[in-house]
Amino acid sequence: MDLSYSPEELAFQDELRRFLRDELPAEIAEKVRQGRELEKADMERWHAILNARGWLAQNWPRAFGGAEWSAVQRHIYDVEAAAAGAPRIVPFGLSMLGPVLQKFGSKAQQDHWLPRILDGSDWWCQGYSEPGAGSDLASLKTRAVRDGDHYIVNGQKTWTTLGQHANMIFCLVRTDPEVKQQEGISFLLIDMNTPGVEVRPIILLDGSPEVNEVWFTDVRVPAENLVGEENKGWTYAKYLLTHERTGLGGIGASQAALAAVKRVARAETHNGKPLMQNPHFAARVAQVEIDMRAMATSNLRIVSQAAAGGAPGLEASMLKVKGSVIRQEINDLARRAVGPYAMPFASEAVEGANDLIPDPLGAGPVAAQYFNNRKLSIFGGSNEIQRGIIAKVTLGGGA
Amino acid sequence: MNFVLTEERKMLQDTLRRYLRDKYTTSVRNDILNSEMGMSADIWAELAELGVLGALFTEDQGGYGGDGFDIAVVFKELGRAGVVEPVLDSALMGGRLLAAAGKADMVEDVIAGTLQLAVAHGEPGGRYDLDYVLTQADGDALTGRKAVVMNAESANHLIVSARNGDGIAFYLVARDAPGVDIQGYPLLAGGRAAEVTLDKAPGIPLGLGLAEYERINALALVAISAEALGAMESATALTKDYLMTRKQFGRPIGTFQALAHRMSDVLIELEQVRSAVINAAGNLDASDRDLHLSATKNLIGRAGRLVAEEAIQMHGGIAMTQEYELAHIAKRIIMADHRFGDTDYHLERFIALSAA
Repeated sequence: MDLSYSPEELAFQDELRRFLRDELPAEIAEKVRQGRELEKADMERWHAILNARGWLAQNWPRAFGGAEWSAVQRHIYDVEAAAAGAPRIVPFGLSMLGPVLQKFGSKAQQDHWLPRILDGSDWWCQGYSEPGAGSDLASLKTRAVRDGDHYIVNGQKTWTTLGQHANMIFCLVRTDPEVKQQEGISFLLIDMNTPGVEVRPIILLDGSPEVNEVWFTDVRVPAENLVGEENKGWTYAKYLLTHERTGLGGIGASQAALAAVKRVARAETHNGKPLMQNPHFAARVAQVEIDMRAMATSNLRIVSQAAAGGAPGLEASMLKVKGSVIRQEINDLARRAVGPYAMPFASEAVEGANDLIPDPLGAGPVAAQYFNNRKLSIFGGSNEIQRGIIAKVTLGGGA
Repeated sequence: MNFVLTEERKMLQDTLRRYLRDKYTTSVRNDILNSEMGMSADIWAELAELGVLGALFTEDQGGYGGDGFDIAVVFKELGRAGVVEPVLDSALMGGRLLAAAGKADMVEDVIAGTLQLAVAHGEPGGRYDLDYVLTQADGDALTGRKAVVMNAESANHLIVSARNGDGIAFYLVARDAPGVDIQGYPLLAGGRAAEVTLDKAPGIPLGLGLAEYERINALALVAISAEALGAMESATALTKDYLMTRKQFGRPIGTFQALAHRMSDVLIELEQVRSAVINAAGNLDASDRDLHLSATKNLIGRAGRLVAEEAIQMHGGIAMTQEYELAHIAKRIIMADHRFGDTDYHLERFIALSAA
């Protein structure tokens, strides 16, 4: 047991800080700090910068062009990148599809799709949830019927994050409606430019256009875009969800957000004193920080275990629940910190609409973020689903 | 003890509820939210016609109510329907300040729905502190800056606080007077506000000081608390319906004990909120009025967060969408915490008043 970084890890941290200082475009970092919406080009630009350094696919094996970082290295990146205001790496290709293709895809699929994820040729989105299949994902109805060397796909996906930017979508589709739900699902890669694919934006309660509905009407998909075996998609989906969840502790983002709360609360005054010196407010901040410190260590313990080949399912669920609750608490503190100035509506959706929005403390749209981040306990398997997993593994029913 | 509404108040409640249910649908409100003025002149005129604005004033003032429970009845209904028209700021606060100043003609216009007001008291850096006023009155010329002034753009007149030689005093300022600059913007939970800059703007002294303002602020606390209660009632009703109709894993999700128990907790807190609003409305004339008000507002802030967050969580993704009624209702509940002092502000005030 040793809580300090090794000399190599410290050197890595230095290298990373230099890289972020020299390479992270200032205008992008500024947008991230102010909580403004990133354009597609901003995200692509940051991906390209990371890729040029070989640091884009941090958890991929070297054989596939990844950085193959250790758990500690990933943690260091998470914290340093968030502190520097780096955009989050868009996870759909890199953290979700990539690992599935590496484990279950054919050699041809790996050779074709993985390099395109790295160089930004493709922007992937995730076609999982449906209007009737949220927490009960296995009840999904989008149908794929084999027709010669194609599948014909009909149905609807929803909550498709950043689908408006995507040219490719990986989907769970029903290929056998006769068997037990989980046994009739396949994992299919669909080109969104195929006739019959339609993307409709959903505006969220904070005004942000970040999720979409994707409709499929007689969409012809080449059979070679089936990943792994037909009707084995559920296995691949579960594997992917584990990968998706491992990053969801969100420790770096939470640390950066709490630092922002403190900065604002030092500038804000109440009864002539900085709000940060107010005992009630200071106690709330301290409480979150105490929880966050423990979670940072949990995060490291769990990710190290995963790297060593342990099964992270149960622990990943714990991390997802705790991480989302902590982040949401920080969002709550951020809105409290600015007092009445939480009320103005800085809309991400309307270009130029924010010029008149007063923000005397430079806090950004904290109330909008408070509402937007309610999603953290809903998406990627809601916290209720995670608690169900924890209970099932612990209390019975097996894993 | 009697917890039954009087016949008149029951009628007011039923009339207003029916009107808003028929007229103030989600899509009508969304159109209002997206409109330039952020409010509907038609709705305003109809609220006046229904007597809703008059119910906020005593008979002496030309109304037919004006008591804490009249205010609570009106605002609970406005909260249930997520109404964004500035009844609280323009009619209740503005109107009652003018009534306190003896401006009977103007109060008549407020009740008739033909006069819009804005109260410009809070300032940048002042947070929720009532005595934080840096704006200066040099004679009757006002200079300073006012923060997040509700309804400033639609108001015919602003009621502005400023320091003169004696302390904090209130002035009537025409919105289009020279030296008045108004920078408006939309609010997250609907309606519009503005940053108001005064540069030697001409004001008419109203003869009101901080003590009179605190009395009106107390009415506003009852109103915002009742509004939050109404919004919580709607959030709870929507959630209950959703739990009974949304099916996952082959059964209504409300049959899962994890959700059923949390719904029960929400209902328990909702009862607490109902009682807290009664405590506030019924103690407006008590010697320990502010203790009751702070207790209520603190509880509303805590319960409101629970109700809004649990309602969203138990719905799942659908509650995150702009189009769905709950999204707006949840925003009303949470943003009520940012008016007239938040949960922490009133906890502190409760502690201070309890110790006194």
